[in-house]
Amino acid sequence: MTKPNSLTIAEAREALRKGDLTSIELTEACLTAIEGAGALNAFVHCTPDMARDMARAADQRIRAGEATAMTGIPVGVKDVFCVKGVPSQAGSRILQGFTPEYESTVTRNLWDAGAVMLGKLNQDEFAMGSTNESSCYGPAVNPWRGPGGTQLTPGGSSGGSAAAVAADLCLGATGTDTGGSIRQPAAFTGTVGLKPTYGRVSRWGVIAYASSLDQAGPMTRTVRDAAIMLGAMASADPQDSTCADLPVPDFEAALTGDIRGKRIGIPREYRVEGLPDAIDALWRRGAEMLRDAGAEIVDISLPHTKYALPAYYVIAPAEASSNLARYDGVRYGYRARLSQGDGITEMYEKTRAEGFGPEVQRRIMIGTYVLSAGFYDAYYNRARKVRALIRRDFDQAFAAGIDSILAPATPSAAFPLGSVDKGDPVQMYLNDVFTVTLNLAGLPGIAVPVGQDAQGLPLGLQLFGRPFEEGDLLNQAQVLERAAGFVAKPDRWW
Amino acid sequence: MLDHLTYAAPQPKVIQGAKSDWELVIGLEVHAQIASKAKLFSGASTEFGAEPNSNVAFVDAAMPGMLPVINEFCVAQAVRTGLGLKAAINLRSAFDRKNYFYPDLPQGYQISQLYHPIVGEGEVIVDMGPGIARRVRIERIHIEQDAGKSIHDMDPNMSFVDLNRTGVALMEIVSRPDIRSPEEAAAYVAKLRQIMRYLGTCDGNMQNGNLRADVNVSVCKPGDYERFMETGDFSHLGTRCEIKNMNSLRFIQAAIEYEARRQIAIIEDGGTVVQETRLYDPDRGETRSMRSKEEAHDYRYFPDPDLLPLEIDQAWVDDIAAAMPELPDQKKARFVKDLGLSEYDAGVLTAEVENADYFEAVASGRDGKMAANWVINELFGRLNKEGLTIATSPVTAAQLGGVIDLIAKGDISGKIAKDLFEILWTEGGDPAAIVEARGMKQVTDLGAIEAAVDEIITANPAQVEKARANPKLAGWFVGQVLKATGGKANPAAVNALVAQKLGL
Repeated sequence: MTKPNSLTIAEAREALRKGDLTSIELTEACLTAIEGAGALNAFVHCTPDMARDMARAADQRIRAGEATAMTGIPVGVKDVFCVKGVPSQAGSRILQGFTPEYESTVTRNLWDAGAVMLGKLNQDEFAMGSTNESSCYGPAVNPWRGPGGTQLTPGGSSGGSAAAVAADLCLGATGTDTGGSIRQPAAFTGTVGLKPTYGRVSRWGVIAYASSLDQAGPMTRTVRDAAIMLGAMASADPQDSTCADLPVPDFEAALTGDIRGKRIGIPREYRVEGLPDAIDALWRRGAEMLRDAGAEIVDISLPHTKYALPAYYVIAPAEASSNLARYDGVRYGYRARLSQGDGITEMYEKTRAEGFGPEVQRRIMIGTYVLSAGFYDAYYNRARKVRALIRRDFDQAFAAGIDSILAPATPSAAFPLGSVDKGDPVQMYLNDVFTVTLNLAGLPGIAVPVGQDAQGLPLGLQLFGRPFEEGDLLNQAQVLERAAGFVAKPDRWW
Repeated sequence: MLDHLTYAAPQPKVIQGAKSDWELVIGLEVHAQIASKAKLFSGASTEFGAEPNSNVAFVDAAMPGMLPVINEFCVAQAVRTGLGLKAAINLRSAFDRKNYFYPDLPQGYQISQLYHPIVGEGEVIVDMGPGIARRVRIERIHIEQDAGKSIHDMDPNMSFVDLNRTGVALMEIVSRPDIRSPEEAAAYVAKLRQIMRYLGTCDGNMQNGNLRADVNVSVCKPGDYERFMETGDFSHLGTRCEIKNMNSLRFIQAAIEYEARRQIAIIEDGGTVVQETRLYDPDRGETRSMRSKEEAHDYRYFPDPDLLPLEIDQAWVDDIAAAMPELPDQKKARFVKDLGLSEYDAGVLTAEVENADYFEAVASGRDGKMAANWVINELFGRLNKEGLTIATSPVTAAQLGGVIDLIAKGDISGKIAKDLFEILWTEGGDPAAIVEARGMKQVTDLGAIEAAVDEIITANPAQVEKARANPKLAGWFVGQVLKATGGKANPAAVNALVAQKLGL
């Protein structure tokens, strides 16, 4: 029999309901797996006591017949989510010692649904990065290894979440996606990552990177699990003015397996210079799978795609430079040791120089620069205009009858840790070339594992959907998932 | 009907420099704390004087992941204020972040409205004396968060921060440079305060810092201002300095006066005024430089991505407009036109809405002028003397109205009325009942008065002769009769009878 921690959420739900398994058994299996997976550095803060208490409560609830889809399911939480009483640092030294007195809406929703909290998951510092290497906890490690046992990045920023789900340390995990931070790590680890429509999931209690782009979503082993978990995470939230006041549909019910007549666009602008053959082939294969399932494949144009990356790397740092101003050493978190005669300016400078890592400092400086007098129109305002045009590209495609868009999730498979030249951050930023457009447009997107490269590493494709039609998107993604039949698992080496 | 009186504009203040005459050009940014129980973006209380850091929500302290949610009541208050200043209401406005570091600004930015304020152009009539008023144009009103309070003098090595005020809602009311003297500037702030107190949108408490002003001052030669007004070209005006954070009308006047003379002295010495931010030191009576234009912060304003644009319905604005109270200008005009009061008296009575309400209660169904005299001279005089306000007045409007009714009916004389007022002030009670019970009613029985007159005339033949020769001396007889009747005889009746009996 499959080990409990390797079950999908849907399978575990069945076993729990039938009484074949208890949540406490399931939780213990996960805790044991976490304990044995220190080498992955996925969990940065484990909460076994909390997990056991919640599991026992979930078992009671299941016995009482009051279970929901997530009741008793152990999950990991990206460090960026504030969980009451649990250290929440967004992978940053500057939040050293910070333990929130409040619970993020997403985690509150999950606990209300009966999910079990296993602990906090590694991530790039303040979700800035595509390799998980900017974390103050050190990088999370991909359970998949390269040739000769090379250690690979699980991607980022939700690298800990992806590694934990791929290595069966938890049944699902929360992630956040500002420029691809759910979808890219999912693709690098052979897991499913869903970025919902901006406004579908509350940002309240999620430590902000770029407010107009940040969106939390589920990272799971299957599309069905993503549908189940999104249903528990999403809610309208009067505490987040940007959260849509919409009812949360039954996403799982949308998984009919029928996509006949769907029009799926293939955007020509994503066929970028130097796209590896393996990715290109995967993309074609994915399109064929969807066509075979009865969808119509249509070539489309999203003409402003090439401007997305520069626009993103103006808007996201601009918002970040302001969002991160609150980390000043005055009220909470890290404060630098001061010298005799140091004043408030020295306190700010030393605290922020010591508390933020280099990537965060770089983005704060970029953001400060693009918002400064004399440069605002040339950078920030122009980027906002580009953003509007990118959204219009998608609106026009949807208006022309396109139901979803199929694209590669990443330009490559997972690469070795430490391989991105530290002197050239643009090389890392290029990882986001297929993902950032979606955040700029605020649309939902999902990464699904579809194949493997020559080294046997997972490769993913992503589908973009219409705003607030995650159910339809998930249905198409599940058809792709089934057709691809991706079942590979990393060999356990940790 | 006109809702305000017509006025002539006051003369601008002219300062004689060593070499020539100078005029002042003044514009104000007034920060008014919105009267609201909760803060602009959090549910925390705005109560003044609470324990430090006790009125602080997570979002006020800028805890990680916390988000602002707009307080609808504060928005309504800003709209109400805009309507009170006859201003355009923008149905779509937006919030921007003003970024700077300071320990009492936990977020590292203030949420404000730079690009799209909620209120557009309006105007204020600033009364400068009967028949004279300055029309000051309002450029805009926007909503923003207040900062907290840094305390640097409690410990030699540390500073302390109180976040109770952090996130409290402010309105920033920005005027055009239409103000031409220190007195007008003070009167402008006073008028804004009056209007907002009428509206209930700001308590106007300057001592607590709930109303403060940044004052922009420049000087120019006579004629330059008119050229500026014709062309809109600011180059006709002098370089301005901004005096920050003034919370006293007296200091505003003194600071402007000082600052204008400082600028004039610089220019006349061949120097140039540097655009800068200055602070007023009330102990020394001078302004001093805070930061120059070069040192000015780059606030890196950009739209706040945590807040959607603020969209309001015209119908909602209309509902607020329909519930607006009568404002000071309208009330004053009505008191002048309908009640026949002098503009001066109408101004005194409308200064505070509570006073105006009291007066209206007294004047209702009675002679307006008489009510005004009693309220202003007797009541306000006495309240001032005893350090009381209308809210703590021992004499109610109904009681004072009762006194006036007794005078009007001829039951008591003006002199007795003052005695009665004294009784009401110290003992209270119903005026008519007191007059009845204490026999204070004046005698209007002509027979009784005639008998008294006859008696006095008979007893004083020499005085009669003198009075017949000099009718002015008839007053002596009137006085004697009033004395004999204990002041209760109707003076008019006594006058008439004395004159008749003496054959005058």
